[in-house]
Amino acid sequence: MNLNFATLTDLQKALRNRDVSATELTQHYLTRIDALDPALNSFISIQAETALDGARRADERLARGDARPLTGIPIAQKDIFCLQGQRTTAGSKMLGNFIAPYTATCSEKLADAGAITLGKTNMDEFAMGSSNENSYFGAVHNPWDPKLIPGGSSGGSAAAVAAGLCAASTGTDTGGSIRQPAAMCGLTGLKPTYGRISRWGMIAFASSLDQAGPMTRTAHDAAILLEHMAGHDPRDSTSLNEPVPSFSEGIGKDIRGLRIGVCREFFTEGLDPAVERSIREALAVYESLGATLVDISLPHTPYSVSAYYVIAPAECSANLARLDGIRYGHRCLDPENLQDLYQRSRGEGFGEEVKKRILVGTFALSAGYFDAFYNRAQKIRRLIKEDFVKAFEQVDVIAGPTAPTPAFPLGEKASNPVEMYLQDIFTISASLAGVPAMSIPVEFANGLPVGLQLIGNYLQEGSLLQAAHQFQQETHWHTLTPPEAL
Amino acid sequence: MNEKTLVELSTLAALPFEPEKSKATLDALNEVLALVGQMQSLDISDVAPLAHPLERHQTLRADAVTETIDASALSQNAPLYEAGLYFVPKVIE
Repeated sequence: MNLNFATLTDLQKALRNRDVSATELTQHYLTRIDALDPALNSFISIQAETALDGARRADERLARGDARPLTGIPIAQKDIFCLQGQRTTAGSKMLGNFIAPYTATCSEKLADAGAITLGKTNMDEFAMGSSNENSYFGAVHNPWDPKLIPGGSSGGSAAAVAAGLCAASTGTDTGGSIRQPAAMCGLTGLKPTYGRISRWGMIAFASSLDQAGPMTRTAHDAAILLEHMAGHDPRDSTSLNEPVPSFSEGIGKDIRGLRIGVCREFFTEGLDPAVERSIREALAVYESLGATLVDISLPHTPYSVSAYYVIAPAECSANLARLDGIRYGHRCLDPENLQDLYQRSRGEGFGEEVKKRILVGTFALSAGYFDAFYNRAQKIRRLIKEDFVKAFEQVDVIAGPTAPTPAFPLGEKASNPVEMYLQDIFTISASLAGVPAMSIPVEFANGLPVGLQLIGNYLQEGSLLQAAHQFQQETHWHTLTPPEAL
Repeated sequence: MNEKTLVELSTLAALPFEPEKSKATLDALNEVLALVGQMQSLDISDVAPLAHPLERHQTLRADAVTETIDASALSQNAPLYEAGLYFVPKVIE
């Protein structure tokens, strides 16, 4: 078995059969990180000692025969999840030296299931970006071609899995930040229903949109990780108190009769024709598996980017107000007074994109503009949600492209923020509606990965995973790996 | 948005106003506002705003201590902390 690109299922088996020990596996990935990550920059910090300690304990557990589902599986975590005693930066100079005093619920759940954290992955600062060029710790490079972006904001998590530096990773998705990098790096990435996974201990960007999720090689792996990340948490008041099904058990059923909505608003003029061809090919595979394609409309989709770029900045301006250079975070030198301390600490600690979004959000929430911007955006959010509610009366799953283009060169869109924002044009509407959505690799375009987005009804992650898994039983796109020489 | 608005917003957002960057910042903000301005073309007078995507009420837990964090774990992150106090510049003359 090639450990570099093995699936969670393969690794679970290999560990239980003692074909490989947790220590060997952990060391294997740490060695690869040492060798390959200087060219990718996918990690912000590596916890080698903690990981190897965890691996030794995992080996003892395996030897005793009481392994938990993820015992000995090395993963990476986006550097937005607090891990007690570990540096947690959110990709920002502001939190460059922040040591988390507690652990995020979903990270704790993964650790309880036996997963070993190798390190924390690079990301756009406070998850604001679609290319991972907004990190204080430098841009991440795409393992398929290091001249290209890996997508964002969970770009480090995507690059690390795609390059075989870990078995799987965690990401967060506010407007597409799991799905878009998954698409650009050839991975399976799932944003669950809003509230499915606790946000406690996950540094907030836009609280009514943020959702954690798995980034993996296969839908089966995503199902395994999701069932160990999801669940009610009384410490997060938006956490859903709903049972968590065994997602990995249900995905083997065939999808004959599945009604797949093909949303006409997702096939717009901004869509790269090569990406469209790949998506149409994927839809044909679904037809061959017995699914029925239904033409549908989500008429308010064209307004989703506008509404998102009011709601998300408004929430970020409120959330990031806590970073004032007093109790934690960057503080400027020799402040003249308290106001100077606040303004210079924040001015020095935040990058340009974050400051811009804070200003946009402050504007949208300020007296005189609230109704015209924030309130209006929330009304459009309702219309977008109602579009999905109506669509799911007709279909089980909605399909379309995850992103309008494959990965593009680093720096190409850095000076054109609106073009960058439009990268998320197909992912934002599911975020605003709070429905689950995922991206899976389909036929490559010009040698680069392309993602098919599957959107499901509320709490129907199981149907999405089943549809994704059945596609992956018929195709090989998810098994392709980047060239080893980076 | 003009420079006067930018000065006011910077104060509200506790960010520094940097005159040398003001044109670039205003251009960038106006570009975003032009994008979000597309919302204005919809008639939404009868639509109620949606704050929570699932329209569920936030559940509150009992007002009881459930976990404690050692003070030293918190104070180690403070830029200036002594004798149990967070230090800031003098605020009262």
